[in-house]
Amino acid sequence: MTLRSYVVTRILMMIPVILLLLTLVFMIVRILPGDPALLHFEKNVTPEVLEAFRERLGLDRPIHEQFIEYLAGIPQGNLGISMQDYSPISSHIVIRFPATLELTIFSMLFAVLFGIALGIRSAKKYDTVQDYTIRTFGIVTYAIPVFFLGMVLQFIFAIYLGWLPTGTRFSLRYTVPTKITGLYTIDSILTGNFEALVISLRHLLLPSITLGLVLCGIFIRLTRTNMLETLRMDFVVAAEARGLSDRTVTMTYAFKNAFLPILTMIGLQFAALLAGAILTETTFSWPGLGTYLVDRIAHRDYTAIQGTVVFFGILVSLVTLLVDILYAYLDPRIRL
Amino acid sequence: MVDILKINNLTVEYYTRRGTARAVDRVFLNLEENKTLGLAGESGCGKSTLGRSIMRIVQYPGRIVEGEILFNIKEDIGSNKRMIGRGEVNIVELSEEQMRTLRGKEMAYIFQDPMTSLNPMLSIGQHFTQLIEAHDSNIEEEAALERGQEILDSLGILPERITDYPHQFSGGMRQRVMIGLGLALRPKLLISDEPTTSLDVVVEAQILEEMAELKEKFNLTMILITHNLGVLAQTADNIAIMYAGRLMEVAATDVLFGDPQHPYTQELLKSVPDVSKPEKKLSWIPGAPPDLLDPPQGCMFHLRCPYVMEICGEVVPPLTSSKTGGTVACHLYTGG
Repeated sequence: MTLRSYVVTRILMMIPVILLLLTLVFMIVRILPGDPALLHFEKNVTPEVLEAFRERLGLDRPIHEQFIEYLAGIPQGNLGISMQDYSPISSHIVIRFPATLELTIFSMLFAVLFGIALGIRSAKKYDTVQDYTIRTFGIVTYAIPVFFLGMVLQFIFAIYLGWLPTGTRFSLRYTVPTKITGLYTIDSILTGNFEALVISLRHLLLPSITLGLVLCGIFIRLTRTNMLETLRMDFVVAAEARGLSDRTVTMTYAFKNAFLPILTMIGLQFAALLAGAILTETTFSWPGLGTYLVDRIAHRDYTAIQGTVVFFGILVSLVTLLVDILYAYLDPRIRL
Repeated sequence: MVDILKINNLTVEYYTRRGTARAVDRVFLNLEENKTLGLAGESGCGKSTLGRSIMRIVQYPGRIVEGEILFNIKEDIGSNKRMIGRGEVNIVELSEEQMRTLRGKEMAYIFQDPMTSLNPMLSIGQHFTQLIEAHDSNIEEEAALERGQEILDSLGILPERITDYPHQFSGGMRQRVMIGLGLALRPKLLISDEPTTSLDVVVEAQILEEMAELKEKFNLTMILITHNLGVLAQTADNIAIMYAGRLMEVAATDVLFGDPQHPYTQELLKSVPDVSKPEKKLSWIPGAPPDLLDPPQGCMFHLRCPYVMEICGEVVPPLTSSKTGGTVACHLYTGG
């Protein structure tokens, strides 16, 4: 099997996964007790208004018709319309997603780099004070609820020390960088706007460290365990016996082999990252998809919840696909 | 004759939760240039640890606690911090940087299992270039690869296979690659740790034959660690028998097989199966090797020895010259 046919098979395998995901989300929203339309309006609503509302959203049609229409819309990027103002959900996602993407990229980067670096250190210093300290640090950060950690960091660095902003993506006193990708950091680099870059990084720092710290514990532990295993392997001792430098032995021999399971974990943790992003965004008033979702939940906007959850689901399966392809590309035994 | 290696009073200990285990216990050993020394003993007798101590690659929690390993170097090697002057150097006292100059360049180690001693993530070529570049920072990648190809060619492996990965080779081929890597920089001392144990008999014979040829070609001094006395009968000039971390007997190969002095050697030789005498009943030594965490007093073998005397359980027998020209550690010959 060549890499290309592997990729094609893997993409085809994604179709049933996504179909299942779409069906589940559709069903869960409809299984919920009560009439979504009625729940959305709470009390004071005339039957006429309710009827018009149902018709507009297609809720009056038989359930299988709704399902088919919903499925047919997905490939065209149609995730339905909001109960709030009948605006397409995809238009909200387009506006909100860059913020979430920027936060998740920075958090993941922090979690992975910091977690791996500490994990390697911990394994190299096996059974010493450093090892114990790093392990304890990993467990503690893993166990702290993300919103609590967010509030603590907010209190220390934003309120008490005043070094960083308490929340939001950008300072109100400045104009945001010209939109190219929607990621403020990237856009400010692309437009050469140094001031905007500093402002957006300052805003990014606390939320991404908060989310990154919570996620890095698992990478510390995983890296440490895998490194301890590979460091003992024959080929690592053999490399040492050939006089290779400590750096080469650790990175090219031990870590290169310890990395594949970590890569899998990066893919798996992406779902946790999105879940964490919802809480982190709320803590830091980050105008991303997470705050949007929380806001929609508060308004009992079922169609918007369904659309956003579907988007998250597809995103997670795309990342898993990417990780699998990367895995196949990196491991010469699978590469073929 | 010149001694290339002199081991004096070497003691290596492993620190475990249950206590301290002496894997190598006050070993004295001299190694003549261009000779092959066979190091034999049961599993766990410390022969691999002894071999690895010579290159200082004993894994944590093992440590050389006492003794010296004097290695004779013909010319100055390395530069700056890694420089080692010619003459006799004590390996135990060298810095880690200096050790890296020695490893791979002056001494090489071949591991038992060729299936696990090559990095599965690197091509054979990368193994070669990393070794060559580690010892010669000026060499160009191309030149290093070419060297690798020449070496493969001389070992009967197609040079163009240098871009292949370890999993694309058979066990015998991999062991040839390991030998090639070991001999690439023309070391003076080659330590082979059961190099053929995991190969089938036909390949084993081939590899041993090739190693004997290479030894002649490169003027190698060899330490062959094995539990297979049959292999040693054909390849070794001298044999050292180890038991529970201590040397029991050292003698020329024909003398050791013809007239073994130590009761342990005698028992060990009786337990070797002989194809030409199928009617001969196999014997074994009753009992088991002592627990190194709780070793007996006196001679390590006294609990299993057929000639045990009172003194054996009290005093450690020193290595003394035997009447056959070797050395032996047994109270039968100390006049006690």
